[in-house]
Amino acid sequence: MAKPAKILLNVPAIKADFPILQRTVRDKRLVYLDSAATSQKPKQVIDATSDFYSRYNANVHRAIYELGEEATREYEGAREKVAAFIQAKSPSEIAFTKSTTESINLVAYGYGVKGKIQKGDEIVGTVMEHHSNHVPWHFVKDHKGAVLKYVDVNDDGTLKMEQYDELLTNRTKIVTVTLCSNVLGTINPVKEIAKRAHEVGAICVVDAAQAAPHMPIDVQSLDADFLAFSGHKMLGPTGIGVLYGKQELFEATEPLLGGGEMIREVHLGWAKWNDVPYKFEGGTPNIAGAIGLGAAVDYLTKIGMDAVRGHEMEMTEYALEKLARLKGVQTYGPKDVNKRAGVVSFTIDGAHPHDIASILDVEGICVRSGHHCAQPLMERFSLPATARASFYIYNDVDDVDALVAGIKRVQEVFA
Amino acid sequence: MPDLRELYQDTILDHSKRPRNFREIADANSKAVGHNPLCGDRVTVYVRLDNGTIADVSFVGQGCAISKASASLMTDAVKGKSKADAHGLFERFHKMVTARPGDPVDASLGKLAVLSGVCEFPVRVKCASLAWHTLEAALERKQETVSLE
Repeated sequence: MAKPAKILLNVPAIKADFPILQRTVRDKRLVYLDSAATSQKPKQVIDATSDFYSRYNANVHRAIYELGEEATREYEGAREKVAAFIQAKSPSEIAFTKSTTESINLVAYGYGVKGKIQKGDEIVGTVMEHHSNHVPWHFVKDHKGAVLKYVDVNDDGTLKMEQYDELLTNRTKIVTVTLCSNVLGTINPVKEIAKRAHEVGAICVVDAAQAAPHMPIDVQSLDADFLAFSGHKMLGPTGIGVLYGKQELFEATEPLLGGGEMIREVHLGWAKWNDVPYKFEGGTPNIAGAIGLGAAVDYLTKIGMDAVRGHEMEMTEYALEKLARLKGVQTYGPKDVNKRAGVVSFTIDGAHPHDIASILDVEGICVRSGHHCAQPLMERFSLPATARASFYIYNDVDDVDALVAGIKRVQEVFA
Repeated sequence: MPDLRELYQDTILDHSKRPRNFREIADANSKAVGHNPLCGDRVTVYVRLDNGTIADVSFVGQGCAISKASASLMTDAVKGKSKADAHGLFERFHKMVTARPGDPVDASLGKLAVLSGVCEFPVRVKCASLAWHTLEAALERKQETVSLE
């Protein structure tokens, strides 16, 4: 028997904060198991966003009047909250972007294409990256003649660390790795990866899109040079992302967007840029998004990221045990919940993942199916597609039980 | 509320598990590859034309139950038909899977009508139509891969 989950979070109280979880889907209770794609939003975040528009909407950093000051205070307050959330030394190490994707592109372009990378310099990635941590580096290869190398994955979903050592050379300039796989759930030893990168003089870029919402992050302890994540996967609005960068590396990175906000002075034909992080925030930023993200950080901080992580470990352990007992169901990624997050990819013999997702949908259960924007990883495991259930603070064992019942229904249909 | 049994009728399950004409055609005049990058489905359709008539048609590939069943049913439906008739059939089929739920189903579609439930699941329309798009490409002898985004 799976042991019942310990009470780490008051899930019923949390669920009550999420208006969308009160609705039904196809006349069934909504069982939302796709938080790795995007999380649902608590009313605190929704209210913070609508408060901005209904009470103090104004542009930031330029208006002389009270509304503008309030907007700027809340926008910069959100930056401070995000900095504290990941233990950055200063809010000036936090740039707001629109997404993890934009954050990584900013590094690839501003530090790679327009920056220091020379022909023959090496960039080490891994096979398990999301497309957003693959494609921007292709640009650096195409524009600068950088050489791309990839660390392979073991069958258990962990990185081949001994191969990583072999790939590092004195030409390695950038190592880029996900802190947590969006397909396998694997939590990578980023602290060790960064340490070895630094030993050969490379910087370490960390994709924390799947990690920041689900576990405590300390950029100083990790010694990450850049770290990227998205607001919408951590209870915040869509269209707001974060790039953390060490101060001196931010200084050495060229902006992606030229325009208003990012300049100190502009003349015909040339301009001086604003200080970091403002030089990365050309154009009117997503003010409501940043404020909403600030509210999301408040919400998560109040619960405590250790409790969030603990709850999801319990959920994942429960789910893996339940799924392991279903004949014809395979799960992927590490079995040890200490090494993985609450992202559970699975396949069912004789049922294509799209059919799995459609049948679960009729039961009110939302799961993802497909290649999860990680085609190189799927090819590594010779999988055209998987179904994926992912957990968050508003999920409980009832949701896992609903998934298990849904999987049995799939097996009945395809029996 | 859409019924699961409408989408996964016995005929559909039967064709997905034991697809008809699931083979290559050695002396095909034409073939085309269809790909749905969203789900990774991939199908190759082979056609042997005889004086403008589809003398033989087959497919190979991987995909979900809906796409496999649709490909299987399609090969049965268009065999022996002229190119123009096959094209007309696809148009009526496409109309059916993109119709509003509850709309009457065109009786001339015959066995293909079992896929009418797809209209309740708009995200699955691409699954149901991939093989048809690929057949069209093979009939027009387009060489490139058909990609449904």
